[in-house]
Amino acid sequence: MSAMQVRLIRLSLIVFLLALWELYARFVSTSSLVAGPSDVALAWWPKVMGDPGVRLAVLATLVELVIAFALSVVFGMLIGILVGLSNLGRRSVYPVVLLLYGIPQAIMLPLFVLMFGIGPAVKIAFGFSHGIFPVIVNTLAGMRNVNKLLVSGAAAMGASRAQQVRYVIFPNMVATVFAGLRLAMTLTLLGVVLAEIFVSQGGIGFYTLAYSETFNPSALMALVLTLALMAIALNELVRLIEARFSRWRE
Amino acid sequence: MRRDRLLIRSIQLGLFASVFAAWYLATQSGVRRLLLPPPELVWREMQVLWSSGRLWSAAVVTLNEIWQAYSIAVVAGVAVGFMVSRSRALVRIFEPVLTGMFAVPLTLFFPLFVVFFGIGPESKVAYAATQCFFPIALNTIAGFASVDDLYLRASRAMGASSLAQFRYIYLPAALPITVTGLRIGFFICIAAVLGAETLAALNGIGKSIALAAELMETARLYAWIAYVVTVSVTLNLLALAAEQRGDEE
Repeated sequence: MSAMQVRLIRLSLIVFLLALWELYARFVSTSSLVAGPSDVALAWWPKVMGDPGVRLAVLATLVELVIAFALSVVFGMLIGILVGLSNLGRRSVYPVVLLLYGIPQAIMLPLFVLMFGIGPAVKIAFGFSHGIFPVIVNTLAGMRNVNKLLVSGAAAMGASRAQQVRYVIFPNMVATVFAGLRLAMTLTLLGVVLAEIFVSQGGIGFYTLAYSETFNPSALMALVLTLALMAIALNELVRLIEARFSRWRE
Repeated sequence: MRRDRLLIRSIQLGLFASVFAAWYLATQSGVRRLLLPPPELVWREMQVLWSSGRLWSAAVVTLNEIWQAYSIAVVAGVAVGFMVSRSRALVRIFEPVLTGMFAVPLTLFFPLFVVFFGIGPESKVAYAATQCFFPIALNTIAGFASVDDLYLRASRAMGASSLAQFRYIYLPAALPITVTGLRIGFFICIAAVLGAETLAALNGIGKSIALAAELMETARLYAWIAYVVTVSVTLNLLALAAEQRGDEE
């Protein structure tokens, strides 16, 4: 089966499911909670995205996400590289980081709100605390996976420590680190959205709560799907950057 | 090697001890008690939660939700994963769809779950089951798709029935990857239930934590968090130990 055929089947499957959903919402369901795709599309504009308040809230979430992600990447890689430079450091800190990573962080959310208030700060902080762990873990893993032979080969040819990092260690870490960055993007978004929904005084949390409480599922779905598309676009962006950094392999 | 391990353990213990020391010193030097209650106060709250039975009544609700969500996800995830893995075409059609859906943070959809299933345990079960369905299904697909064709052809040539093939080839080959998916799914399930409870619930550990914060009972808030952290670290250590044992075999 060709790639084209696979794509065609996948597409028709999605179309089929959407049609099924539409038929169900229109003719079978008597519940006002079920909104078909056409209702969602109609609600998307002007009701949801035509509302300047919603647009501002989506934009604010995006800005918080970008700041939290940037902080996670910078501090995560910094910690990862500093710890990973020594064998002892890596072997003592890595298990601790893994255990911290395993704690369900959602339970800390109320504490974060106490500490950072209900403004953008808590969303950035909570996104950061989610995003930094995969970056640290994958930076450490990436440093360990670099072939020792290549490093000592470069050293034998007279490369300085800085040159070894720049020309041997760094390019070889790219694949592992970027896997961490993609995960960090998903988790940062998770943290930001959790905080947004928890603090429902403003931003997206306010609108999702308002739409749920007024039983307006089509508007709620339109908003949620907009954010989901945003998440997919950001994921693709990280993937593109990864492809750019991995070009040397070809 | 032995001495190395001792050194590593002492560095880890040192990290742990310095966190506690910093906590204690910070509370002594006048950090606001509302944000950081002293350790002894948190310890007392932990005892109160334990002896008053509040810990157990919340834990029962949460554990019930986790158990139900996980059972649904395991059955659905393994069944879907197994059926998709039956043919290469199905894998090529469905696997990218599932991976793509797994990358979208389902938390976004949590308000929808509350609208559909109400604020009771049902919405937490449905939400957590959806969330941990994906890693289980994906790893089941990966597990059964990883079976080497050569073994299948050889066993068929030697006259193995399809049941025997399943028992002696598919199962041993697919099990490690599938079990990894089950483990990842389990921890995602716990996190999803607790997160959902924190956001909107009537009962349970997450709700108790949110409530303690709302009432500004910070010592109790820390006590709840300490319990969850202890349980989660213990579970992770057990999973790690089991995995290492599996590697050695």
